[in-house]
Amino acid sequence: MNVVVLVKQIPDPANPYELVDGRLKRGVAQKVMDPGDEYGVEAALRLVDQFGGEVNVISMGPAAAMEAIRRALSMGAHKGVLVTDDALGGADALATARVLAAAIKRSEFDLVIAGVESTDGSTGVVPQMVAELLGVPQSTFAKEIEAKDSSLTIKRQTAAGYDMVECPLPAVITVTAGVNEPRYPTFKGIMQAKSKPVDTVSLGDLGLGGDDAKPTQSVDAVNPAPERGAGEKFEDDGTGAAKVADLLKQLKVI
Amino acid sequence: MDFSFTPEQNEFRRTVRDFAEKVIAPRAEEMDETEEFPEDIVRQMGGLGLFGLPFPEEYGGAGADFTTLCIAIEELARVDSSMAITLEAGVGLGAMPIFLFGSEDQKQKWLVPLARGEHLAGFGLTEPGAGSDAGGTQTKARVENGAWIIDGSKSFITNVGTPMSLFVTITAVTGKNGNTQEISNIIVPVGTPGFTVGKKYKKMGWHASDTRELAFDGVRVPEENLLGAKGEGFKNFLTILDGGRVAIGALAVGLAQGCLDQSIAYAKERKQFGRPIGEFQAVAFKLADIATNTELARLAVYRGAWMADRGMPFKKEASMAKLFASEIAVTAAREAVQIHGGYGFINEFPVSRFYRDSKVLEIGEGTSEVQRMLIARELLGF
Ligand SMILES: Cc1cc2nc3c(=O)[nH]c(=O)nc-3n(C[C@H](O)[C@H](O)[C@H](O)COP(=O)(O)OP(=O)(O)OC[C@H]3O[C@@H](n4cnc5c(N)ncnc54)[C@H](O)[C@@H]3O)c2cc1C
Ligand SMILES: Cc1cc2nc3c(=O)[nH]c(=O)nc-3n(C[C@H](O)[C@H](O)[C@H](O)COP(=O)(O)OP(=O)(O)OC[C@H]3O[C@@H](n4cnc5c(N)ncnc54)[C@H](O)[C@@H]3O)c2cc1C
Repeated sequence: MNVVVLVKQIPDPANPYELVDGRLKRGVAQKVMDPGDEYGVEAALRLVDQFGGEVNVISMGPAAAMEAIRRALSMGAHKGVLVTDDALGGADALATARVLAAAIKRSEFDLVIAGVESTDGSTGVVPQMVAELLGVPQSTFAKEIEAKDSSLTIKRQTAAGYDMVECPLPAVITVTAGVNEPRYPTFKGIMQAKSKPVDTVSLGDLGLGGDDAKPTQSVDAVNPAPERGAGEKFEDDGTGAAKVADLLKQLKVI
Repeated sequence: MDFSFTPEQNEFRRTVRDFAEKVIAPRAEEMDETEEFPEDIVRQMGGLGLFGLPFPEEYGGAGADFTTLCIAIEELARVDSSMAITLEAGVGLGAMPIFLFGSEDQKQKWLVPLARGEHLAGFGLTEPGAGSDAGGTQTKARVENGAWIIDGSKSFITNVGTPMSLFVTITAVTGKNGNTQEISNIIVPVGTPGFTVGKKYKKMGWHASDTRELAFDGVRVPEENLLGAKGEGFKNFLTILDGGRVAIGALAVGLAQGCLDQSIAYAKERKQFGRPIGEFQAVAFKLADIATNTELARLAVYRGAWMADRGMPFKKEASMAKLFASEIAVTAAREAVQIHGGYGFINEFPVSRFYRDSKVLEIGEGTSEVQRMLIARELLGF
């Protein structure tokens, strides 16, 4: 089973972030592979352990995003592709999906694994667009994955519990943080990653042009959420519970 | 002169730091309180390949080097000394003697499971009557019908009483060499009849690290369990201790760095007299001193490791690194508690544990006095 994992390089979420013109400042020193994408890498490694095949890691981003690919390779992935091109600066979700789909199509794949949503952009739509562009089914929010030769069953996390969803392969799935416990790279893994094959490709290499990279949406303004007010206080004179219930009804909470 | 680590070492440092902060830090206070050895965490450390770092891949190791091991020990100690000493003793005292002095068969049998992180082993040198004067060993071993018969006892031995413990390598008197005792190293598997692993000591610090007394009463092990040549046991353990000192130095640097990181955060956040206490020069200067000493100790430790990796003689440098790093670590911990005020005395704050954990650094693997003796001996040639 050949599995593609989509990984995104993001500024370390442990540090405070900065916005410039409504866009996340990416020039910060400490960048990491999106922690949400470690689950995808782990899931892929486990499937390949079980069924054989290779894990191919694909990322789109500035040249520094190569580190995210390296991280996945040190965890055990076999090879990587970085799509980087100045024309992609400011790409939105659709442009990203076009690029990723084109990169995925360059080799045979049985499964594409992505995170549910990125930790920085968090639109949560790239994987769905990728599935559509590839013309394959998608299963989302997987908290458990079970694969057979030509199909895949996932437990899809829902608010109430989970749904069992089965789909044929090839497919795109997104995985939640509960799906597994990602391994840490070992020193051996870090050393081996140095000699694993990675490709750096541009838009042209993928047969795409500048128009494919143009954003279809732009962020005009980013404003912090308003500070919370003081709230309302009820003295309990015996009718407190009823008053609270009334308020909740008024707010349509109950 | 090149003071940089390789990119792979830097990445590995980040990985171990991440592991220490996510897996160990949340459990450190509880481990300190219950004094229980956290087998699950140590097995995860094994999964990360930490116990095999300096050993070649054919023995289950990672094929890295001593410097990389020191990086791992430093990063663990920045968060928790008990896990750092479990690693340091596991590799430096448990596995290293087999790697350096073992036959091929012994390496396959005893080193591989240690390097893979499946088991732990200890080194039994210290005795109730032989500490700094380790040559004063009284434990005796004699050959009888193709087996060693061992009688005696050992004190303060690390990593032999855990659920993962496989064996201890001991020093024992195996004869006389003129007026001096002939000392040899013998491997004694846990569970051998007559070998009693005693109760855990109640300690000031290093609570989750396993330290016990060992008793040997007519213990029989096969003759092939002799490690290294007969009569070379004293010389061999001195070699082991050189590397061990650099590694303890790395542990001390990690502890001092942990004290510094905790204290910087606290000095920025804690307000008195209307401002963060870090704005008071008396506090800020303490931070400057801790940082300077930590950096100097780090230089000494990694120079020692660098020399070890190049096969250069490093006896004096190892003692200097251990002496300086352990003493500045104790000072760093004391001042970190001071910066935290009353909260520093409360166990909920890591610096309280760091203070208790720091003291033994001036004692284990050669006291500060012994390090000064060794350094002076190198200088004077006596
Ligand atoms: C030169 C350059 C500059 C960029 N600058 C920015 C920027 O300033 N801000 C910004 O947010 N993004 C930037 N990107 C990346 C890109 O525009 C975003 O990844 C895209 O908008 C996806 O949106 P999202 O993060 O909300 O995805 P989501 O849909 O929330 O992501 C879900 C999952 O899709 C996959 N995925 C998403 N994006 C990528 C990716 N790029 N590569 C591989 N897998 C991915 C991951 O598995 C992720 O977990 C830049 C890219 C390039 C080439
Ligand atoms: C937690 C812990 C774990 C340990 N783990 C191990 C282990 O795994 N294996 C092992 O073999 N040992 C281990 N030890 C033992 C440790 O190495 C010894 O405690 C140490 O070497 C000191 O020996 P001692 O305790 O007998 O002190 P002593 O040698 O009795 O020293 C007492 C004091 O006298 C001083 N002194 C002694 N001789 C001189 C001299 N000639 N000149 C000046 N001052 C002198 C010492 O510096 C010290 O201050 C451990 C100890 C501890 C506390």
